[in-house]
Amino acid sequence: MSVLWWLVTLLKVGVIFGAVLGIVAYMTLAERKVSGRIQLRFGPNRVGPFGLLQPLADGLKLMFKEDVIPDHVDKVIYVLAPAISTIAAFASYAVIPIGPPTDFFGLLPEPVPLQIADVNIGILYIFALSSMGVYGIVLAGWSSNNKYSLLGGLRSAAQMISYELSLGMSIVGVLMMSHSLSLTRVVEDQSNLWYVFLQPLGFVIFLIAAFAETNRLPFDLPEAEPELVAGYHTEYSSMKFSLFFMSEYAAMFTISAMAVTLYFGGWQGLPGLGSLGIPPVLWFVGKVVFFLFFFLWVRWTLPRFRYDQLMNLGWKVFLPLSLLNILLTGLGLVLLE
Amino acid sequence: MPAVLFYILSAVMLAAALLVVLQTHPVYSVVFAIISFVSLAGLFLILGAEFIAAAQIIVYTGAIMVLFLFVIMLLNLRREDIEERGVSLMKTAGSIGTLVLLGLLGGVLAGKISLGPQGPFSQEVIRQAGNTQAVGRALFTDFLFPFEATSVLIFVALVGVVILAKKKL
Repeated sequence: MSVLWWLVTLLKVGVIFGAVLGIVAYMTLAERKVSGRIQLRFGPNRVGPFGLLQPLADGLKLMFKEDVIPDHVDKVIYVLAPAISTIAAFASYAVIPIGPPTDFFGLLPEPVPLQIADVNIGILYIFALSSMGVYGIVLAGWSSNNKYSLLGGLRSAAQMISYELSLGMSIVGVLMMSHSLSLTRVVEDQSNLWYVFLQPLGFVIFLIAAFAETNRLPFDLPEAEPELVAGYHTEYSSMKFSLFFMSEYAAMFTISAMAVTLYFGGWQGLPGLGSLGIPPVLWFVGKVVFFLFFFLWVRWTLPRFRYDQLMNLGWKVFLPLSLLNILLTGLGLVLLE
Repeated sequence: MPAVLFYILSAVMLAAALLVVLQTHPVYSVVFAIISFVSLAGLFLILGAEFIAAAQIIVYTGAIMVLFLFVIMLLNLRREDIEERGVSLMKTAGSIGTLVLLGLLGGVLAGKISLGPQGPFSQEVIRQAGNTQAVGRALFTDFLFPFEATSVLIFVALVGVVILAKKKL
């Protein structure tokens, strides 16, 4: 591990972290712009050209707001909870490959992978972090000492555990085909054919479970405002609130990046056509942006599910279907090889 | 470097484990248990057992402790409830645990308990085969019967719980 290695790694961490923060900031704008268009409005367009400086203004506003810690909360855990959420959401990017190894136009002596760390348990790492993220929400709900927060926290715990199972099971099919848990290997395997064509059922389950896992509509019951005020972050204000907000958008980005990596060939170009002269990083970003738009599109199109419907769907439909998918994949692999 | 990490992680793990018992508030106990489990996962990582580390976090931290927390939150347990109920039970259980611990420590100090023979999986072998692959191969070849028997056992427990909880199905 030379000085250069450290420099490059630190640079990668900085650039990717910065990029994710930027995407999260502009997702908040995109959310309002898209919702505006879908509801035949303009959305924010006063701050800067086309409202492009709106996230900056929002950030400043949130930072200068008074940070209220209510008297009746459990202070230690109340402060800890947003930190857990944020760390779990942002640390996931470390294993997602955003491009093939490159030497930056001859700038570096040898090619470096465009990924912070190519660990051989990449997918399990992301699942481990997302299961830690549940604690942020549950502990926030409990420590707020407020019945709406508590209910939101409980709902989110039940929902995330249930759908984590379907999510995990749905990608087993991909793992069986790529013979590896390393995301780099999974992407390299898809140079000829994206896994979405081989794993259509797995992908549909993955996508739907992803909505539940990120607490997005139609499954945003932990913060269903007509019933629960704002759910687990009712008592939070200022930057602590915005940490939860940011981790929700960061989680959306993680899951979009995972969908692209596992099912849509990651940084690879179109199957059969190659990259069409477009740099691989742009392919990756383009596909992720599509999925992020899809998240917004669904949110402003579908109504919210009822809680019992959500749980029934998770346990009685998606879990058996994902197990069936594993069985079918196994059969296919045995018959074809 | 690994040696320093080992001491830091072990210290955190032991301190957190101790605090799990010393805390009177159940939610804090759960939080310290989580810290202890995460440190344990770190120790597995130092040994090159990435799969076990990830499984440790996903299964123990991600699933089991969330359920603990879930139950504690659902019952809204407070300090007083625990002090009223089952203190004598806790004392009995605690003294049995202490006796076992002292016995083990005495055994180690007297040299009666030593390490078993080294198996085929040295760190080099695992590093070459990949930890996930090594664990998978061992589970589905040498330990197939215990592995499947465990799954049947867990299934039986699951059915038992459903029957106990829902007498009228």
